[in-house]
Amino acid sequence: MSINWTDFTPMLSSLGGILIGFAALILMLAKGRIMGMSGILSGLLIPNSSTEFLWRSVFVAGVIAGPAILINFDLINIASTPVASGLLLYVAAFCVGIGTAIGRGCTSGHGICGLSRLSARSLCAVLTFVISGIITVSILRHVL
Amino acid sequence: MLAVLSVLFSGLIFGIGLSLAGMLDPTKVTSFLNILGKWDPSLGFVMLGGIIVTTFGYFFIFKRGKPLFEKDFDLPKKQKIDKSLIIGSALFGIGWGLAGLCPGPVIASLAFDPFGMFLFLLVMVIGLKFGNVINKLL
Repeated sequence: MSINWTDFTPMLSSLGGILIGFAALILMLAKGRIMGMSGILSGLLIPNSSTEFLWRSVFVAGVIAGPAILINFDLINIASTPVASGLLLYVAAFCVGIGTAIGRGCTSGHGICGLSRLSARSLCAVLTFVISGIITVSILRHVL
Repeated sequence: MLAVLSVLFSGLIFGIGLSLAGMLDPTKVTSFLNILGKWDPSLGFVMLGGIIVTTFGYFFIFKRGKPLFEKDFDLPKKQKIDKSLIIGSALFGIGWGLAGLCPGPVIASLAFDPFGMFLFLLVMVIGLKFGNVINKLL
């Protein structure tokens, strides 16, 4: 192991994390909800009442509008280089979908909100998906 | 109205936070998971920053007793660590490692790559639906 100093962005990443935290606080204070993207999306697919549908779609619109504003006003340069393509990309998409549904949460729901509520379930989930992610990347980059 | 605006604001801040954090870059995300190679610890700082703010904030919000625009907090009721939590999270980790994308960044990336991300989102949503069906059977 060696540290990738050239791509390391401790300040920006901390600031981003702090903002993500504030977003989670606003949603909890206003709506009493966990800010978990997979859960919010899931609920959007099976709306049980129109108000449930409304807040979820408004949240999703906000998440898209955030980076759109940054790009439009040229505030920051959002780098995004894909790592997978073709079939592998869609296998990944399916795994992310089915996995977060069965595991009932993703990086935002378990990783930020769950850990902050000191949930033992979320701690287990985070350890599992980080380790599983590390194993996946290690096999792709260092074994295959 | 105020409730809807708060939710919109929360989404906006989340989207901006993900962008600044570097979470919209699959290369950066997988560099965080690449501990055997050239490791980029940045994403650890995202989690740390987020968790510190949220832990303190939640403490005071929960102390209030109720949210501003709802009767009650709507929190996950499950406490038990079960097989589905582990299997689901492991599957999610595989997808996260393969593509460097998790649900939040997928949605946020629609802002600059609507077509490519839409296809990813579509397959991810099919996966979500599938998982929800499995959850009902378990």
